[in-house]
Amino acid sequence: MNLIYIYLLCICAVILGIRFMSSPQTASLGAGVSGFAMFLAIVSDFVPVPQNALYLISAIILGALTGSLLGSKIKITSLPQMVALLNGLGGGAVVCIAIGDMHIFSFALVIGSIIGAITFSGSAVAFGKLQGFLPTFNFRLLNPMVLNSLFLCIIAFFTIMLHHQIPPVYFSALLVFSFFWGIFMVMPIGGADMPIIISILNALSGWTSVAVGFAQQNILLIAVGSIIGIGGIFLARIMIKATNTSLLKLLNRPATGTIAEHTHKQNAQTISAQDAAFIMKNADKIIIVPGFGMAAASAQHALKNMGNILRNKFSVDVKYAIHPVAGRMPGHMNVLLAEADVDYEEVFELDDINREFSETDIAYVIGANDITNPDAINNPQSVLYGMPILDVQKAKTVIFVKRSLSSGYSGVENPLFFAPNTFMLYGDAKKMTEEVDKFLEQ
Amino acid sequence: MIDLSILLVIFVLSSFIGYFVVLGVTPVLYSPFMSISNAVSGIIIIGAITARGSDFWNFLAVFLASINIFGGFAVSSRMLSMFKKKEHKN
Repeated sequence: MNLIYIYLLCICAVILGIRFMSSPQTASLGAGVSGFAMFLAIVSDFVPVPQNALYLISAIILGALTGSLLGSKIKITSLPQMVALLNGLGGGAVVCIAIGDMHIFSFALVIGSIIGAITFSGSAVAFGKLQGFLPTFNFRLLNPMVLNSLFLCIIAFFTIMLHHQIPPVYFSALLVFSFFWGIFMVMPIGGADMPIIISILNALSGWTSVAVGFAQQNILLIAVGSIIGIGGIFLARIMIKATNTSLLKLLNRPATGTIAEHTHKQNAQTISAQDAAFIMKNADKIIIVPGFGMAAASAQHALKNMGNILRNKFSVDVKYAIHPVAGRMPGHMNVLLAEADVDYEEVFELDDINREFSETDIAYVIGANDITNPDAINNPQSVLYGMPILDVQKAKTVIFVKRSLSSGYSGVENPLFFAPNTFMLYGDAKKMTEEVDKFLEQ
Repeated sequence: MIDLSILLVIFVLSSFIGYFVVLGVTPVLYSPFMSISNAVSGIIIIGAITARGSDFWNFLAVFLASINIFGGFAVSSRMLSMFKKKEHKN
């Protein structure tokens, strides 16, 4: 009975912990409170000391060492894949619980292990793709829609077969199919949709806890699991809205990503780093628009340096504009800019800054493409039509730092490249920004 | 034990609480938020501790969940320390 009160305390701490994430000032406190909740939950389970306590504690310590080592050694550029990897482990844990505990049939545990297996394999694939050793792969034999329906039917079939008793063969088959479904589901998802899929996997890891909570009649698992599950869905919904797609479309569309280079009828105007530096120092207001290219090139420090020089030496008003799906996880750009010591008060979200582009002299777009494509507003035929974009085309001058004129993730050409007020600064995002810095400092 | 209907009440109510509390998270912190909620999803560790399964699978489950928790908090605190740096300088 007393355990319930401790659990209640843990649930409140988790809720408060998330509440503290409403501002960067209190966020660390939030992490501390959540950590306290976890600590309390674990300790309370050892109060009537279980027989295999030593065994369990050694597992915890081993996991703690591995986890802390992984978490602290990982490079900043690898944060998205780290989040994906850790996410999968929770799902893996549920599968292990289910395998070990499957003596008595529990519908909730079956559902939990299905979701757990999908989370595990899906996260592993997401990790592999973000790490770069798994390609975006299109299963050409079967339409993704057919494939997903097929998996759903097979898994439903085996779940029904499990009714009342657990023949190990059926249960193993169920796990194997769920496992493969996770792989097939995430495999065709391209880089720019990664924030969505990571959020969804995060949500799934919460829902597995809920399922186990129902199986074990544990209110802490149910409450905390559903809060995390809702949180993940909430984030996914924001990302899905920001790409003007739907979950069904996302999971069922054929893979994009490997798109042949377009032949360019028009020529884009180019600019040198020196000229870019010159027009930038004479500007009054500049908005910097970072995308995944900035993350890939680790250009954030050079960018921060550029902003500093422009502001301090030439008193230019410098702001950063961030699209919800820029990067590979929700809030990816914010973290990188924070790493480079950019004040979060200079960083604005799409809705807060979009009106300002019309009174901006220069939009400095670094490693972003689709999120600036004006076809999303002007061209009903475009696949991007309807997606909210950053209105960089309204700025007096647009500078694109890009390696080539190739299309973005959507595979659509960006007409902004050929606009009369657009200049291309060809090259690596970091190298080019550093060169601009060099000329600004002169 | 606890009645199923009570478990359902807890499930539905905490989903609502979850929704409204997540609504308040600032977009600036979406990454650390996701990382923390990832770490907290390691709460499954208590399911693993109290499970009556075989020792091997229990051990593995607790081990994986423990990596999830500690790794998640390590990553979150690294992300959050980046947001903190600026404040000290000002």
